[in-house]
Amino acid sequence: MTIDNNSNNDKANQNIKPPPANTVGIIGWIRKNLLGGWVNTLLTLISIYILWLVLPPLFDWALLNADFSGSSGKECTTNGACWAWLDQRINQFFYGFYPPDSYWRVNLSLILLLPALAYILFENLPYSTYGRWFALSYPIISAVLLLGGVGLEGVTTDKFGGFMLNLVAGLAGIILSLPIGVVLALGRRSKLPLIRVFSIAFIEIIRGVPLITLLFVAVIIVQLFLPPGVSLDQLIRVMIMITIFASAYMAEVIRGGLQAIPNGQYEAAQAVGLGYWRSMRLVILPQALKISIPGIVNTFIGLFKDTTLVIIIGLFDILGQARLLQTNPDWMGKVDHETFLLAALFFFIICFSMSRYSINLEKRLDTTNK
Amino acid sequence: MKLNLIRFAAMAIITLLSFGTAHASTLNDVKAAGHLKCGINTGLPGFAFTDDKGNWNGFDVAFCRALAAAVLGNPDKVKYVNLTGKTRFPALASGEIDVLSRNTTWTFSRDVDLGFTFLGVSYYDGQGFIGRKSLGIKSAKELDGASVCIQTGTTTELNLADFFRSNNMKYEPVPIETNAEARAGYLAERCDVYTTDASGLAATKSTFKDAENHMVFPEIISKEPLGPLVRQGDDQWADIARWTLNALIVAEELGVTKANVNEKAKGTKNPEINRMLGKEGSMGKMLGLDATWAVRAIAAGGNYAEIFDKYLGTKTPLGLSRGLNALYKDGGILYAPPIR
Repeated sequence: MTIDNNSNNDKANQNIKPPPANTVGIIGWIRKNLLGGWVNTLLTLISIYILWLVLPPLFDWALLNADFSGSSGKECTTNGACWAWLDQRINQFFYGFYPPDSYWRVNLSLILLLPALAYILFENLPYSTYGRWFALSYPIISAVLLLGGVGLEGVTTDKFGGFMLNLVAGLAGIILSLPIGVVLALGRRSKLPLIRVFSIAFIEIIRGVPLITLLFVAVIIVQLFLPPGVSLDQLIRVMIMITIFASAYMAEVIRGGLQAIPNGQYEAAQAVGLGYWRSMRLVILPQALKISIPGIVNTFIGLFKDTTLVIIIGLFDILGQARLLQTNPDWMGKVDHETFLLAALFFFIICFSMSRYSINLEKRLDTTNK
Repeated sequence: MKLNLIRFAAMAIITLLSFGTAHASTLNDVKAAGHLKCGINTGLPGFAFTDDKGNWNGFDVAFCRALAAAVLGNPDKVKYVNLTGKTRFPALASGEIDVLSRNTTWTFSRDVDLGFTFLGVSYYDGQGFIGRKSLGIKSAKELDGASVCIQTGTTTELNLADFFRSNNMKYEPVPIETNAEARAGYLAERCDVYTTDASGLAATKSTFKDAENHMVFPEIISKEPLGPLVRQGDDQWADIARWTLNALIVAEELGVTKANVNEKAKGTKNPEINRMLGKEGSMGKMLGLDATWAVRAIAAGGNYAEIFDKYLGTKTPLGLSRGLNALYKDGGILYAPPIR
């Protein structure tokens, strides 16, 4: 019997024909997306034409006609890009004024960041218990590595710079702004008037003021209220301001998520006897955060790009280094586009990765019935 | 409006400060800290820029180094604080820096109203115009109806308006944020002429591939005496910084250079050199420093001419001639009081 059934199934399977070759794979995708209907076909043709106009000259400029060697801008004589500065300056674009014989400390903390992030971002990794503990202690480990202490030579934050500074300030802001944002969002919906009023005031005041104003306050005015002789590190002040600025936006993003949860969920959580914290932790927040992911990542990306504002405390992040090189008499007027292009590339890599990860996360957590 | 707000904020801060702080001697603070906190630009060709090791160089930086050498004995004992046009005055007022050496124009209101003491003029600048020769004009007074690229939020904007109004001419401003943008905008013919300080114009022109097709018009429409400044109220510190600047200028006048200063410090026939370099008199003691303060200041980066030639002069990419900044006896207006 069973054998018959199987053979029947095999027969049935043999009768199912594969879809026509021109509806699957690359050809199918092209037909469906690029050539589906005359509007799409026209747009495709226009896009190809624009790319054809832009890409070959860009390629010529950036690579084929470019100068790659030389010790000053005068030696860049072709019409293409001038990349000769990369050799001398690339370390400053990465590390700023960090002492060169300690570059390994920055590198090490960057390498350690990868497993730490992996354990936070992805499930199903081996040794996940240890991994989580490692991820939690990563901020302390990297702070010691970067600032010194425990036998390492001390490095003050005014030596921080380049892309490393963007990463340090951006990551610290990202790690801190999410929990603060959650607390503020819950506070804003709290039934206790004091907490609610405080949360609303905090969010609205911070959101109502441009970030650059907050940074000026942090840099210039805070000094007046500290006792004489006490001074808070400038970089820390700026990181605090960027973080609370992002937190206020984060709180509103998460509040949007909280409000999208049907009342039934709150009532159901109460009905099974969960108190406030447990119902939030087990029922409401997991759903609210999930639907807020696009907004949260949006805020992260904005925050990361805001780290370029450290220039107002005289620190040179990757964009600052680009501007700095443009003012060096040897390179002046030769490297305007090249240096900005490099900075843009690094920002794009990080921001685009965040955006792709958020799409991945949305798909993974998607539990709606299709 | 924005400028007014910033001005108001700066004044409020300075007023607040002047109540709270009966400051101890800046000289003692600097000695105790072991380094001089010097405010410089965040990057300006020739005046403040970094080399490929990340060290700060430039005309403004050289003054910081000379002062550190005079006070602390080592030109490298400087902590540079990079300041934007907006943060420079609050930083000086709040004591975050000891001296500001950031191509700052000496004006009435900054000196009197903001409560700073300017130490003198280290660079006489003035606002000018650059334009294409194909415009067919020889003078800025023929610019009626021209479009002008201009950096926003600076005194150059106000000077420009004054110049065109007093000459009964019209212009179309093309507002631009940075010097690099202005250069790109001008080259892309978004404006007929570009205006900024003459030193900046020369620097900009030197980067053009077709520099021979452009000209800097002869008119200089404003006075921009740039110099270092300190907080008002510590006269000893202001004296030290002022006479360090003067010593560099006097050194040029007397032919004392980086190379021969140690030789001349042993004693010369010229009594003024001897007084300056501590062989005669007690100039250093009057300042609260030791006798060889000026020797160290000059040894740090050379005299005024050496510093100028190294960072701004005709052999540098900026290619600025001394012009007004030549000594009075060479046809300029650079004139330091005698060290006597």
